[in-house]
Amino acid sequence: MSSIAFNMGSCLSDSPDWSFDLLHDYQQQIARVAALYKLDTYPNQIEVITAEQMMDAYSSIGMPLGYHHWSYGKKFIQTEQHYKRGYMGLAYEIVINANPCIAYLMEENTLPMQALVIAHACYGHNSFFKNNYLFRTWTDASSIIDYLVFAKNYVSRCEEKYGVATVEDFLDSCHALMNYGVDRYKRPQKISMEEEQKRQEEREAFLQSQVNELWRTVPGKAQVATTSNIFPAEPQENILYFIEKHAPLLQPWQRELVRIVRKIAQYFYPQKQTQVMNEGWATFWHYTLLHHLYTEGRLSDRFMLEILHSHTNVVLQPEYNSKFYSGINPYALGFAMFSDLRRICEQPTAEDKVWFPDLVGSNWLDTLHFAMQNFKDESFISQYLSPKVIRDFRLFAITDDSKEASLEVAAIHNAEGYQQIRQRLSAQYNLSQLEPNIQVQQVNINTDRALTLRYIPHNGIPLGGNIKEVMRHLHRLWGFEVRLEQQSSEGNISILASCSELS
Amino acid sequence: MAHFIDRRLNGKNKSAVNRQRFIRRYKQQIKQAVSDAISKRSVTDLSSGESISIPARDISEPLFHQGKGGKRERVHPGNDQFSEGDRIPRPQSEGAGSGKGDASQDGEGNDDFVFAISKDEYLDLLFEDLALPDLKHNQLDKLVQYKNVRAGYRAEGVPANIDIVRSLRGSLARRVAMSSEKKRQLRQAEQQLAELEQLAVPDELLRRALTKHITELKQKIAAVPFIDSFDLRFRNYQKRPEPTSKAVMFCLMDVSGSMDQATKEMAKRFYILLYLFLSRTYKNVEVVYIRHHTQAKEVDEQEFFYSQETGGTIVSSALKLMLEIVQQRYNPQEWNIYAAQASDGDNWAEDSAPCAKLLAEQLLPLLRYYAYIEITPRAHQSLWEQYQQLLANHPNLAIQHIREISDIYPVFRELFKKQAA
Repeated sequence: MSSIAFNMGSCLSDSPDWSFDLLHDYQQQIARVAALYKLDTYPNQIEVITAEQMMDAYSSIGMPLGYHHWSYGKKFIQTEQHYKRGYMGLAYEIVINANPCIAYLMEENTLPMQALVIAHACYGHNSFFKNNYLFRTWTDASSIIDYLVFAKNYVSRCEEKYGVATVEDFLDSCHALMNYGVDRYKRPQKISMEEEQKRQEEREAFLQSQVNELWRTVPGKAQVATTSNIFPAEPQENILYFIEKHAPLLQPWQRELVRIVRKIAQYFYPQKQTQVMNEGWATFWHYTLLHHLYTEGRLSDRFMLEILHSHTNVVLQPEYNSKFYSGINPYALGFAMFSDLRRICEQPTAEDKVWFPDLVGSNWLDTLHFAMQNFKDESFISQYLSPKVIRDFRLFAITDDSKEASLEVAAIHNAEGYQQIRQRLSAQYNLSQLEPNIQVQQVNINTDRALTLRYIPHNGIPLGGNIKEVMRHLHRLWGFEVRLEQQSSEGNISILASCSELS
Repeated sequence: MAHFIDRRLNGKNKSAVNRQRFIRRYKQQIKQAVSDAISKRSVTDLSSGESISIPARDISEPLFHQGKGGKRERVHPGNDQFSEGDRIPRPQSEGAGSGKGDASQDGEGNDDFVFAISKDEYLDLLFEDLALPDLKHNQLDKLVQYKNVRAGYRAEGVPANIDIVRSLRGSLARRVAMSSEKKRQLRQAEQQLAELEQLAVPDELLRRALTKHITELKQKIAAVPFIDSFDLRFRNYQKRPEPTSKAVMFCLMDVSGSMDQATKEMAKRFYILLYLFLSRTYKNVEVVYIRHHTQAKEVDEQEFFYSQETGGTIVSSALKLMLEIVQQRYNPQEWNIYAAQASDGDNWAEDSAPCAKLLAEQLLPLLRYYAYIEITPRAHQSLWEQYQQLLANHPNLAIQHIREISDIYPVFRELFKKQAA
């Protein structure tokens, strides 16, 4: 057993109703235990809110404050409607990757639920936000709130100046391309609020001058039709960034709006890539921390039973043929994998010694922290999914080729299938295979200024969605003809869609 | 380190702005849904909001995502029967197969987007662009009651209206004004007298003069009256014209044998609309139901809509009864009177001309608005023609023809549309 000490103590109150004093007691105990397990967190700001406020938080996609837009209103109405009809319960908590880390507790929760949520959000998610490499590289927790304030004020200033409808239409167009506003490989820069504002003004002036340079109508003398005719020199994956920097007709404020949408997309990008890990990590820790307190005699039996009841619901994995099945539950998979990692370190089997020779016998806590810090879902699964978890979930892989009449079972949970399943499940969490690969291919800078995007299908999967509509939005941003072409696996190029005027 | 914040007292309507924007953006679709919904409503839920459904495709946000087809590899849990290499038929209703990803992005089903709007939002949308007929003109004209309101003070009035505080304040001011100079002289004289008496040999003559002067001053001061009619202030009242907020709505309906239940239901919807409409403008709206065949009778709502009668039709009986009720209970000086008559157009042939005469000469001058709707798939009969002749001279009369349920709302809008200024 490791060096985690149990400090036996008296039982905390186990009344079902919470009060701020009780929350405080529990928070302190959980914090004490979390420190034993070396959970390194941002300071916590725990806010108690009502169900209505929770719905507000939902509809603003978890941002504590956002600019106004009708689509958030739509989400709010949807959430409210579903909640009222009992289609869904509200999440017990929402946690925001910020410093201090903001966690919302719902007023309706019982005391055991609040304790669970504090352990889950304020110590689980919080430590994940602070330590995972993706969040460390891509997001700046200390400036996000400031940035959102800046964005909100900027948008409402634009609305005053240019009219609500104009701004809303423009944001619609940006939202349509939000998934393509992310840098996947480049490292983003961290800047503070004041700098952001100062730079924003400089940027406006500078950007416009750059654009003017690019779109000068009088060609320079030395302009020979060689490399300079191919622009951009390499395909660009960040379409919104490309538009912000190079679209010929945008006003400075419009460029700034593109930037805001792109920044927010970037902020949420790591969360998309670490669903399994993030939820698994938080679930593992609420389970472990509260068990620790229970072992110390600080939680009563009935208190623990309610916690376990909720915990079991959270990690329930319906089977493929259940009517509740909607894919793999990230809580269940993540929790199972982290728990299994601990088991491999502490009680390895002969199989584990073959599969994870490095892990067997290592300090489980260090191993878990290392795994949490240095992976995303895709790499986490391909590194750590063990045969035992595959067997426990009875995972099987299906190949669905639209050219075939039937589906094929490619692998099941047996010795021959483990590697295959691990590899395929990992790919299933690879965002670059889930989102259509569309990049900026070319701009005819010297002729009609048309912008060409290229779609490269993965596994022959065609492009879906309302392509025509998205192209119209793209046209609004670009201002000249836009085309979307597809490159087949043989390398043939065909035009998928084009839009040359707003109708 | 952690601290707790109680946010429950903060406003909960953080999304209100976004919600309004949504409704504004989809106003056209929502309005369509609202007018569809009116034909399904019943009298009993006058005060509720409405559930609105918009086709989801109209409000989806376009995005690129992977389409159907191609080669997909998925891992699923819970294998209970498969071995490697098994081939299984493709499930029929398989979705896009995306188990992961943002629910909000993939959540565009084919279902309609259904949500509830509040009563006020519902009514606003329903009655947008509608106005009460000729209200402004009539308001200035006669539909005015006078109300006594306080309007400052005045120097004359009846004793009952004396304002004591104001009056005493005036009295005090007058007394100060009238006696302060004398009081100053009095103080001066008293001081001189005191100084005189300090001397070893006081000037007896001067002393007497001073004493006399003091006595006189004291008398003069005492003579200033405590209250004078000059001080009195009376509360002032003015009559202020106030538009009355009382309205009465007469529902007239033919219940003779030719009116079947479906026709009555249509009429009912029209009355619902009228009632909703009036209750938006007037604080209290009374409803009088008059049904008639050959004789007219005032009834309650239940009987009005649901009891079955047979017999011929004499419309003028209802008009006469209405006139009587107006004269007895609803003084046109106080009440805004509206009437809506629904009929299938049948009338005893000889009665139509007297109807029109009664309406034109006696009723219409008393009414805000008289709406006649004819619910029939057939050609118009004599009553319609008679009413039509009145239209030119009576702007507060309107007649419309309804063939089926979906006509009701457009007709209602037509009747009450905002009159161009």
